[in-house]
Amino acid sequence: MSWKLLKYGFKRSHDEPRFFPEPKELKSHYDVVIIGGGGHGMACAYYLAKEHGITNVAVLEQGYIGGGNTGRNTTIVRSNYLTPEGVKFYDTSVKLFEDLSDEFDLNIFYSTRGHFTLAHTDSAMRTMRWRAEVNKHYGIDSEVVGRDEIGKAVPYMDLECAGHTPVMGALYHAPGSVARHDAVAWGYARGAYNRGVEIHQRTRVTDIRTRDGRVIGVDTDRGAISCGKVISMVAGSTPRITEMLNLPTPIEIFPLQACVSEPVKPFMDTIVVSGSLHVYVSQSSRGEMVMGASVDPSVLHSTRSSFDFVEGLADQMVDLFPFMSRLKVMRQWAGMSDMTPDFAPIMGKTPIEGFYLDAGWGTWGFKATPVSGKTMAWTAANDQTHELIEPFRYSRFADFDLVGEKGAASVGH
Amino acid sequence: MKLLDCPLIGRRPISEFDYVGEVRKPPVDCDTATWAAFVFNRQGAPSVLRERWYHRPTGYWFILDRDTLTDEVKAIVDAREVRYDIPA
Ligand SMILES: Cc1cc2nc3c(=O)[nH]c(=O)nc-3n(C[C@H](O)[C@H](O)[C@H](O)COP(=O)(O)OP(=O)(O)OC[C@H]3O[C@@H](n4cnc5c(N)ncnc54)[C@H](O)[C@@H]3O)c2cc1C
Repeated sequence: MSWKLLKYGFKRSHDEPRFFPEPKELKSHYDVVIIGGGGHGMACAYYLAKEHGITNVAVLEQGYIGGGNTGRNTTIVRSNYLTPEGVKFYDTSVKLFEDLSDEFDLNIFYSTRGHFTLAHTDSAMRTMRWRAEVNKHYGIDSEVVGRDEIGKAVPYMDLECAGHTPVMGALYHAPGSVARHDAVAWGYARGAYNRGVEIHQRTRVTDIRTRDGRVIGVDTDRGAISCGKVISMVAGSTPRITEMLNLPTPIEIFPLQACVSEPVKPFMDTIVVSGSLHVYVSQSSRGEMVMGASVDPSVLHSTRSSFDFVEGLADQMVDLFPFMSRLKVMRQWAGMSDMTPDFAPIMGKTPIEGFYLDAGWGTWGFKATPVSGKTMAWTAANDQTHELIEPFRYSRFADFDLVGEKGAASVGH
Repeated sequence: MKLLDCPLIGRRPISEFDYVGEVRKPPVDCDTATWAAFVFNRQGAPSVLRERWYHRPTGYWFILDRDTLTDEVKAIVDAREVRYDIPA
């Protein structure tokens, strides 16, 4: 035990500085209002203040910081996507992630594990080769590996997969990592707050007001605010926000579930994903097996979890890791995924002046937290969509110019 | 276990069903922008959606109105109600 901790324990009052401010009154005007206090909203506020000197900013969060998908995800960070647009974008994010603990002076438990995406069929092998080539072209560490290499790295896995869908090979991505999701949101929030940004939890946006096609303010359950710019960063609640503006989008909400087992001794240092079996797993620093799958089968605005999920997941997982049949599931939960038809986000300016959208994060947006914050802050500050996110623009559907990322994003992580 | 009423044989586990999505009527003879909006855009906010489902074991297609906030099935819809003529 450290001396500081011992001294602290004997003190009468434990007055450590608050991480977040006490709630206070809303002002009547802000230059920028950010809807949503998840990782994306906090990162955007941070970069607005830090890189653009814009500090008259309010982040409005209906619940608590990180209580949306940010606090519900399985925290996998990687850049081995399929499209050049996706690879460049997520690679920028991975590089930002690597420095976040230092930047925040807060341990985000960023842990580089190596990431295997298993292929059980010829067509999956073809996609892996395709991804490896695109990745290498952009300088990303990705390669196709055979059964021997997988067997050496993950010796406790049954490569025969109980005999019916043997593993043929995998895409190996050495930079694949996990991190502590809450700490990412908190680190950005503290950094934004220290630079003058206001964070209002338990404050829900109920309407967005416009005049002549431009944003003039928002209504909340704590009163109205005028503002010049609104950035919507609400993931699973996006259609409710865009409906306020009659702004049509392709986004549909599907629940995505995950679960953890009871903790066991650390034995697994890699992340294993199977696109064909639609499951993935990593071991947390506490020893729990963190497991997820694909989205639920039908549209639903709900975070209820279901037995069908655990049953379906266990069915596949036990084929890969037979010993897991003896592990108990400790907790399960769900988030609401904002799915797009091409499995890429929707980011940047919209047809409404002063309204910026950061959405369509589906099952894959945690890894994009730093780069989304950074590029959205730039976009709002300059009123121009940042070049890195131009391919993800709102108008790409009307232009029939989609980003086809399904091959690298369909298993939720 | 989540269950759904199959109009043909009654209550069955949800894993026996395939979800197809909202039943919509395509625009005919429209401009490109209208077509793009039909192809891609969806009713994303909570609502009562009229959607098509498929029950695999019986090979039965059916249509229902479901509240996407509460997951309640409001009505089974006769396919004749949503039919439309394909222009010659
Ligand atoms: C089970 C699961 C596993 C996942 N695994 C991964 C993974 O391994 N890797 C990965 O990269 N991604 C993963 N994701 C996806 C990732 O979690 C999300 O894409 C990402 O966290 C989105 O962050 P966000 O800040 O945009 O949204 P959120 O964290 O959801 O924040 C949005 C916030 O907006 C608030 N809000 C909504 N409406 C209003 C309103 N009207 N007024 C005020 N506030 C409002 C909400 O309360 C919420 O806190 C997973 C998701 C789930 C559900």
